[in-house]
Amino acid sequence: MTVASPIIGAGRPVAAPTIRGTVSRRRRAAGAVVLLGLVVLVWEGAKWLGGDPWRIHGTVLGIRVDYEHFPAFNWRIADDLSLPHVWDVIRAFVDPAQRNGPPLGLILAGQALFTFREALTGFAFGGLLGLGLGILFVHSRLAERALVPYVVASQTIPILAISPIIVVATQAGWLSVAIISAYLTFFPVTIGALRGLRAADPRAFELLRSYAASGRQVLRQLRLPASVPYLFAAFRIAAAASVIGAIIGELPSGISDGLGSAILNYNQYYILGPEKLWATIIACSFVGIAFVGLVRLAESLLTRGRYRPVDR
Amino acid sequence: MNAAAGSASPHVVETHGVGKVFETGDAAVTALDGIDLTIRSGEFVSLIGPSGCGKSTLLRIIGDLTDPSGGELRVNGKSARQARLDRDYGMVFQAPVLMDWRNVASNIELPLEVMGFPREDRARRSAALVKLVELEGFEGKHPWQLSGGMQQRVAIARALAFDPKLLLMDEPFGALDEMTRERMNLEVMRIWRETGTTIVFVTHSIPEAVFLSTRVVVMSARPGRISRVVDVDLPQPRTVDTREEPRYFSLVTTVREALRAHLVDTEPLDDLGDARIRAEGIS
Ligand SMILES: Nc1ncnc2c1ncn2[C@@H]1O[C@H](COP(=O)(O)OP(=O)(O)OP(=O)(O)O)[C@@H](O)[C@H]1O
Ligand SMILES: [Mg+2]
Repeated sequence: MTVASPIIGAGRPVAAPTIRGTVSRRRRAAGAVVLLGLVVLVWEGAKWLGGDPWRIHGTVLGIRVDYEHFPAFNWRIADDLSLPHVWDVIRAFVDPAQRNGPPLGLILAGQALFTFREALTGFAFGGLLGLGLGILFVHSRLAERALVPYVVASQTIPILAISPIIVVATQAGWLSVAIISAYLTFFPVTIGALRGLRAADPRAFELLRSYAASGRQVLRQLRLPASVPYLFAAFRIAAAASVIGAIIGELPSGISDGLGSAILNYNQYYILGPEKLWATIIACSFVGIAFVGLVRLAESLLTRGRYRPVDR
Repeated sequence: MNAAAGSASPHVVETHGVGKVFETGDAAVTALDGIDLTIRSGEFVSLIGPSGCGKSTLLRIIGDLTDPSGGELRVNGKSARQARLDRDYGMVFQAPVLMDWRNVASNIELPLEVMGFPREDRARRSAALVKLVELEGFEGKHPWQLSGGMQQRVAIARALAFDPKLLLMDEPFGALDEMTRERMNLEVMRIWRETGTTIVFVTHSIPEAVFLSTRVVVMSARPGRISRVVDVDLPQPRTVDTREEPRYFSLVTTVREALRAHLVDTEPLDDLGDARIRAEGIS
């Protein structure tokens, strides 16, 4: 028999992290699928109740079908212009965007890749800048007091207002878009780094002091490793923000290779094909989700077995 | 005896009239007052006293984690700051304070890495220490995979890794259960014998203080003062049987009375405290 020790967190049995990981991952995937199903259900449900009337007329599997549906209500938000059918949006991916051109899905994939490259570059710039600022602030109260208000203020300026300025000032094509993306990225990373670099146990700082460790050793051996969980939380937010920054940055830059120009384009011709804009929106969110997923993957590869598994 | 010592003073710790006042807003708290304490090389000195009497503060002053407000302090014949810069101190706190991202072996090697020991030397030392604290087979485990007692043993091994001249331990076993605690006491005894380091040890437990120490320093609160020093003349090595000896019991009683004497004549006892002392008197 063992006597339960009152120390917090000590002697706690820990299930193998890999098993816990697979179970929760499977659950998360199942949850995502169910949620997606629900969205489709509500979407089409609204259209069924208040959308535009439709008719099936022809042969399905050798059976003649002739069916008409007249919704009970007439809601603007559910008509085919505001809310195209889910299958129309899906078909938009497969159909050619222009006559005899490649399918829209293929074009969007290329544009998504282009935008992702901008976002990734912006993320790298912004991440490094944020981490650098965090390290500076943690070592200099003066710099923290003087600069943090500006860091916060920088995020109150609408990105839409400054992105044309950045584009004109830097004249760097897709790199100026990356800079705009970095502008949105560095903020959460600065805040996360500032918090994480101070997160270690105060006694651990005293321990290193008793070893007469230099400031740089404290940073390397204690501050940085203790900040890793905080940094990755910030990186996830930053990854999503960097995609938004890249898309918005493309709007004034005249770059036609990214999702930003696709949004502009299909916005302009919305009446001619609302499902194209919807498909573009889905492509945008897919880039964001994929990026955040990559960050999660990097996190789990880097921290598994090295950091205390989090109980959820 | 002092004259022959030269630069290598036989006194590891020497304090004269050391005091500490904490300025907290409007009120100032005198945590320590007039501490005169001399600790010789190879001694095992316990600090015991009521909560808030300044044990931790004294230990932190010796270890240069806090500055004293007054008095003089020499550690190995140097200022505390110089002793810290010379890496004379090994520290063990009440909580293990291990680095989650390091496994057992590399936690033990942390001070060695900071101090620039070569890689082979680090590996050799951590292997020997893992053996010393009986954690063979757990070298690759991370702190959260260990029990509280095991974590604390890693902390002790880490403190010993660079052969510090002085080991400062602040209630290292305070959070452990009684059985683990007694086992850890035997282990510390053995380590102290085998390494010959000087140890200053803060505890709340009278039996623990008597069992481990060569001297027990009894402190009183408000202001924190040394009220009595009890020499523990129990023979070495101390074993499980030590706790059965009549001399051990009489020393435990001496320390308890030293603690109590002060309690009674300094502060009016509340009902609970009074009842506790009466109950102790009966048993
Ligand atoms: N950083 C601080 N700021 C203000 N007051 C402090 C500080 N540290 C300690 N004190 C005060 O100094 C006194 C002694 O504290 P200390 O922690 O040394 O006591 P202790 O003997 O170790 O007590 P315990 O047995 O409960 O650990 C207490 O009255 C405490 O309130
Ligand atoms: Mg204390």
